[in-house]
Amino acid sequence: MTAILETRDLGKVFTSGTFKKSHTVALEGISLAVADEPPSIAAIAGESGSGKTTLARLLVGLIEPTQGTVIYKGQDLREMSRAERRLFRREVQTIFQDPFEVYNPFYKVEHVLTTPISEYKLANSKAARRDLMERSLREVGLRPEEILGRYPHQLSGGQRQRIMVARALVLRPRIIVADEPVSMVDASLRATILELLRELNERHGISILYITHDLTTAYQIADNIIVLYRGRVTEAGEVEQVINDPQHPYTQLLMGCIPQPDPDLPWGQVAAAGLVSTGESLAGDGCNFVDRCPVAMEMCMSTPPPMYLTDEHRMVRCFVYRDSREASAMNLDEVFVPPREISAAGVK
Amino acid sequence: MTATVTDTRTAVADMVLDVRDLDVRYYTEGGVVRAVDGVSFALRRGERFGLVGESGSGKTTMGLALIGAVKRPGRVEGGQAILDGVDLLGLSEAEMRQRRMRDIAMIPQGAMNFLNPVMRVRDQVIDGMRAHGMKATKAEFEDRVAGLMRSVGLQPEMMTSYPHELSGGMKQRVSIAIAISLTPKVIIADEPTSALDVVVQRQVVETLLQVQREIGAATILIGHDMGLMAQFSTSMGIMYGGKLVELGSVEQVFHDPRHPYTKLLISSLPDTAGKRRLEGIPGLPPSLLERPPGCIFHPRCPYVMEQCRTESPMLREVEADGHVACHLFTETMA
Repeated sequence: MTAILETRDLGKVFTSGTFKKSHTVALEGISLAVADEPPSIAAIAGESGSGKTTLARLLVGLIEPTQGTVIYKGQDLREMSRAERRLFRREVQTIFQDPFEVYNPFYKVEHVLTTPISEYKLANSKAARRDLMERSLREVGLRPEEILGRYPHQLSGGQRQRIMVARALVLRPRIIVADEPVSMVDASLRATILELLRELNERHGISILYITHDLTTAYQIADNIIVLYRGRVTEAGEVEQVINDPQHPYTQLLMGCIPQPDPDLPWGQVAAAGLVSTGESLAGDGCNFVDRCPVAMEMCMSTPPPMYLTDEHRMVRCFVYRDSREASAMNLDEVFVPPREISAAGVK
Repeated sequence: MTATVTDTRTAVADMVLDVRDLDVRYYTEGGVVRAVDGVSFALRRGERFGLVGESGSGKTTMGLALIGAVKRPGRVEGGQAILDGVDLLGLSEAEMRQRRMRDIAMIPQGAMNFLNPVMRVRDQVIDGMRAHGMKATKAEFEDRVAGLMRSVGLQPEMMTSYPHELSGGMKQRVSIAIAISLTPKVIIADEPTSALDVVVQRQVVETLLQVQREIGAATILIGHDMGLMAQFSTSMGIMYGGKLVELGSVEQVFHDPRHPYTKLLISSLPDTAGKRRLEGIPGLPPSLLERPPGCIFHPRCPYVMEQCRTESPMLREVEADGHVACHLFTETMA
C-alpha cells in the first residue's frame, strides 16, 4: 500500500475570546496515511463534537493545524507552492453534508460544473465543456437533459447531492473527502449515493474518506474505520471487527444505541451511566470517556490511556486492554486491512 | 359525553382517532399541490403509529392538519378526523385551541429550537398549560411541572433553567413535557430526534415511549428513520406522494412488506449483518404538481402493469389490519 495523503500527529485547538482566552481541543494528534494504491475507503466516525469534521477540514486544507502536519504526495501542505496547491485542490475533492447550501440560487445548476471546468481549463471549446458535463452527470446516474438549465430549487436533495459528486468527478480527483454526504437525503436515496461512492472507488480508483455519525453506513462502505470521541481516537481497525465486536466501552455504547430496522432486534441493555455525560472529566488528565464509562477504574481518572494493539487489525484506547502491546507510536492505518471486493451477494 | 357514546365510530371499543379521506392542498404559483390525498387510518388507545415517507410525501402536512395548523397557501379541502366523536377538521380556530394539548398535541420538527431563550423552562411549560385553558394556583402549576420533568427523565430542579443551559437532548425532553402537560389522548411527534446523536436519540425515544405508556396516549411518530420506527412503533403507515400506500403492524411491514415501494424501501436499508451491494429505489420522487396518471408510484415500480398507468389503486384491506394500495393485491379482495 502506498500512501497519498498523510497526517503526522495532526491536531487542532480552537481558541476563542479576546481577553479571557478559552481553548477547545477539537482534535488530538492523529497519524494516519490514506492508501491510494490500491484505492481505499476508510470511515471516520463520531458524534457531534468528536472532531470528525475538524479532521476533514484539516485534511483538505480548509483550516490550519495547531499541531502536526498534513502531507500530500510527500509534500507538507503548508510548504506547497501555488502550483502544487492548485494541483492539491484539484486532486483532493470534498463532498459536504448539505446539498442545499453549496448552490447559489441565482445560478443555474451547471454553474457548479462549469466553474471547475474553466478554473482548471479542462475543456477548450463549448462543445467539449458540454460533453464533459454530460459525461460526469451520466456517471452519477443523472440524465443531463433533466438537469442542465434548471435552477437548484427545481431539483431534489438527492439530485443536488449527486451533482456534487459529478462536480468532484469532473476534476478526476485521487481522493474524495465525503463529510456526511447522505445525512440529509432520504433513506431510499441514501443507498444509491453510497453505492455511487463505492463505484467511484472501484471504477475510477478514487480513495475515499467517509466521515459520518452513522456506523451502519460506515460498515457498509468502508474497509476500515476510525472512531473518534471528543477529539481522540478511541478505536481503529477493520470495520467488521470494530462494528460487530466493539472493544472500547464508547464504541460498545454507540453500537448499543443504533436502532436496528427490525422490530425483532430491540435496543439491548446499556449502562445508564453511559447515556449522560457529566462533562466532569473534560478538564482532567484521565481518559475523556471516564465520566460515562461503565468499567472505569482508578487509573482512568488520572492517566490518559494509550492505544493498545488488541489484535492484528485493531487498536483500542482503553486500559481494559493494558495487557496488550502499546501501539501509540504506530500510524492508525498500520492495523488497516486491504480493500475487499463486494459482489451483489456479499463479500467475495 | 353521552352524545359521544351513541356515535358509531367510537363504539369500536378503544378507537381514539379516526381519520377519513383527509385531503390537504397547497395553492402555489406553479399550481395545486395535493400534499395529502385521501388519507384514511384509525388509531386505538395507546397505539404507536409510525408514519414514514420521503421528504415531500405529505407526512408533516398530515400531522399539521390534525392539529388545525395548516397555514396558507395550504388548505384542508376535505375529510374528517374524529376524536372522541368530534370532527377536529370541522372546528373553528377558537374551538381547536381548546382541544390542542388537551386532546391532541404535536411536538413539531425541531421543537427544541422553538423554546423561548429568555424564559425559564418552568414558565414555558406553565404558559402552555394556561394558554390551553388550565386553571390552577402557582404552587399547583409548579408541582405539575416538577412531575412532568420527572416523567421525561429530567431533574425537577432543572425547571428553573434557561434553554441555553440545557443540551439538545434535554431541550427535546422539555418539548415532550410541554406536549404531554395536559395529558392529550393523541401525541404527534414529528421527527423528534433529527439532529441528535445516536445515544441521545435513544434516550429521547425511550422517554417518549415511557410517557406515552404512562398517559396511555395514542402516538403518531413521523419520520424517515426506519430503525427508530422499528424500535418505537406498534403499527406503521407508509406515505408516498401524498397517499397512504400501506398500513400494517410493525412486524408485517418490516418482515413482509406488501407495497412495492415499501419492499424497496426496506431492502435499501443498510445493516451490519454482512457487506453487500446497496440498492436504492430507482427513479425520482414524483413531482406533486405534475403527478403521473394512474398509480403515483408506477414510474418507479418494478412490477408495473398496464392497469397501473391509468388507474389509481385504492387502499384496501388485504387481511386484518393490513392495508395496501396496489393493483397487485386487487385480486385477493373479493
